[in-house]
Amino acid sequence: MEAPIVSSYIVMAGALAVLLNSAAVVVYVERRVAAFIQNRVGPNRVGPFGLFQPLADVIKLIFKEDVTPIYGNRTLHTLAPMFPVITALITVAVIPFGDGLFITNINVGVLFILAVTSLGVYGVTMAGWASNSKYSLLGGLRAAAQMLSYELPLGMAIASVVLFAASLSMVDIVNSQLYWWHVFVNPIGAIIFIIAAFAEANRTPFDLVEAEQELVGGFHTEYSSMKFGMFFLAEYMHVVIGSMLITTFFFGGYHLPFAGYYAHLLPEAGTWLKAMLDIAVFLGKTGFFVFLFIWVRWTIPRFKYTQLMSLGWSKLLPLSILNFAVIAFILMLIHG
Amino acid sequence: METFFFVFIATFAICTALAMIFSGSTVNSALYLVLHMLSISGFYLLLQAQFLAVIQILVYAGAIMVLFLFVIMVLNLGEDDTLKSHINFKEIFAFLLGVVVLAQLLYIVGGYSGVLPELTVEQAKAVGTVEAIGDELFTTFLLPFEVTAILLTAAVVGAMLLAQKTSNVED
Repeated sequence: MEAPIVSSYIVMAGALAVLLNSAAVVVYVERRVAAFIQNRVGPNRVGPFGLFQPLADVIKLIFKEDVTPIYGNRTLHTLAPMFPVITALITVAVIPFGDGLFITNINVGVLFILAVTSLGVYGVTMAGWASNSKYSLLGGLRAAAQMLSYELPLGMAIASVVLFAASLSMVDIVNSQLYWWHVFVNPIGAIIFIIAAFAEANRTPFDLVEAEQELVGGFHTEYSSMKFGMFFLAEYMHVVIGSMLITTFFFGGYHLPFAGYYAHLLPEAGTWLKAMLDIAVFLGKTGFFVFLFIWVRWTIPRFKYTQLMSLGWSKLLPLSILNFAVIAFILMLIHG
Repeated sequence: METFFFVFIATFAICTALAMIFSGSTVNSALYLVLHMLSISGFYLLLQAQFLAVIQILVYAGAIMVLFLFVIMVLNLGEDDTLKSHINFKEIFAFLLGVVVLAQLLYIVGGYSGVLPELTVEQAKAVGTVEAIGDELFTTFLLPFEVTAILLTAAVVGAMLLAQKTSNVED
């Protein structure tokens, strides 16, 4: 295990600060981009260009009345919003942000990510059950079914990446993309992973969990005030985390495209200049995928629930298994 | 430090297991069981079995318990009276079965010598990695591994067949 170049505590503090604030930034960006796509102006009153709008949102949320349904389960109703936030925050522990800039490099990093992602279901399901409301329960059940279904293609897509890297460590996976990003050698895996990441984050076109025509607000129908705010925060944190994972697994992490061929032109590894460049490249790619998440949300309509399930089980899953098998076969022929 | 972690995790595991048994609501029981599974993966970590620890969370806490919770919520087994009201043959049978399992456990614990196999630090670290387990599975234990795979596939296909019944509704 190689040691990080700066103390992992500093990286941890930086990552947490970025992730917690990214939710606010993404909320603002989402509203502005949505307005741009729909030919509107968007929030532009609070501060220059409406930049303080998220702050105003949070203040409004804090001062709202916090209602708990009387016949629901009080404890679970309070605990549920914390789950998605916690799982989002745990995930950054194994994501490398630059050469030697990671919090920890464990040899089962990929499995760790899958395990933490699979725990994320509990927040939504518990919220749906504890609210003692038909709409919430239906939303929670949909969420559980959807997230379980899309974990399988997600896992198979990651497995096809692991074949190239020959390691389960996130740092090794990023470094195996020094010359060729995995999206160039494994495009089907990349597409499957992106689709599954959308479903795991419960974003349009897969946001049936909160389909308002059918379920009012889905699992968070009975939530108000800052508890609702936590779900809101968690959704945007999962968008950011999803973008970071897409970047790390398929788009070279902190490497520029084909960086290995002109590595002598880049600043030396271990210098501050290289660290800055790495972080800038990583954040740039992450930003692009966050934009993609928003772009898709305001472009593509929502799926029907049957379509969602048949896409997951009868199209994505067989395709991802086939992709995995073909890649394994080809790699076996190449490496003997 | 290790002893401290062990005592902490062990206490947590026992508390959550007890809470799971004595909790009145089925959903709470299932959630306590999830916490118990997480503490079990802590034990694996203390024994240098990182792969098992993560798989424990991924498979049991992340997949199986979600399905349990799903079923409990669909059946809406919220009220504890429906479960506790009838004392009958089933409960006596369950009690006897519990006694048998306890006796087996005590027998195993009684035969335990209290000494872990002698390993150097490097050996101990290498035992639990993905590489070591994968090597063993695909060489020494290849036949049991393949048989388990076929068995699981058969079980999944059987479950789907049973669930389908006669109606075959197209969307």
